[in-house]
Amino acid sequence: MRWIWIDKFIEFESKKRAVALKNVTMAEEHLHDHFPGFPVMPECLMIEAMAQTAGILVGEAKKFKEKVILAKIKKAVFSHYVKPGDTITLEAQIDTLTEEAASTSGQIRCGDKLIGEISLMFSHIDRNIGGKKFPEENFVFTDTFKSLIKDISFPEQN
Amino acid sequence: MAMNRDEILSNVQEVLIDALGADDDEVTPEATLMGDLGAESIDFLDIVFRLEKAFGIKIPREEIFPIEGLMNNPDYVKNGKLTDAGLEELKKKMPHTELGDFVEDPDINKLGDLFTVNSVVNFIEMKLNNK
Repeated sequence: MRWIWIDKFIEFESKKRAVALKNVTMAEEHLHDHFPGFPVMPECLMIEAMAQTAGILVGEAKKFKEKVILAKIKKAVFSHYVKPGDTITLEAQIDTLTEEAASTSGQIRCGDKLIGEISLMFSHIDRNIGGKKFPEENFVFTDTFKSLIKDISFPEQN
Repeated sequence: MAMNRDEILSNVQEVLIDALGADDDEVTPEATLMGDLGAESIDFLDIVFRLEKAFGIKIPREEIFPIEGLMNNPDYVKNGKLTDAGLEELKKKMPHTELGDFVEDPDINKLGDLFTVNSVVNFIEMKLNNK
């Protein structure tokens, strides 16, 4: 997770739930082609935004000690378009959290309108891939990434 | 919890349909999770989480799918097959599974075939009875 695809957290309850916000703008070049004359946010990038929201929630639950990897998209259902100028909120809840993995569910909204529902599964890879060794350093939550997190406000920690 | 075997089976089937995106008619009691239903390693965790919710019990992954502990022990695996000690350990750890022909040719590549829908139902039945 080296590129940041959400703008900030507006709610954060450790180990439980988090709400992040993203502004969608025409300055995002992919919207020029998706689609010409009819710009809408690609669903795969909504999944990425949810993966970052939920991934940070899961990472923070273990104090960013684990390498948290998106392992499975359990559900992704979309019912409305997101267009430039929209502000979407991404709400993620932790359903299960164990030593080796976590499962989350989440909703994307634009105002009161439900845009999509996304359930994900994350793996703490050091504890899952039998025998394989990964680098010691946490390449998921790098210093650059964590420094970006510092700018995001975690209401509970303020 | 009073739940008979048919009810357990139908709950397990529902879990597997949701977790693996399988069709209703694919999830027969004999179907293997990996071969027939296409489960991959992370799916096993997903299945465990969903089973815990569906039946309100705790399921240590090593109990229901105890493969990693076996595979990583050189006493249990030689030349790609389970040793006698390995087979004994497997029997001890997986009373919920019928080993059948596997005993004749305990090729570790075939370990995945032991995880059938039935074995999951057996495991849940065992857990609920010991609750």
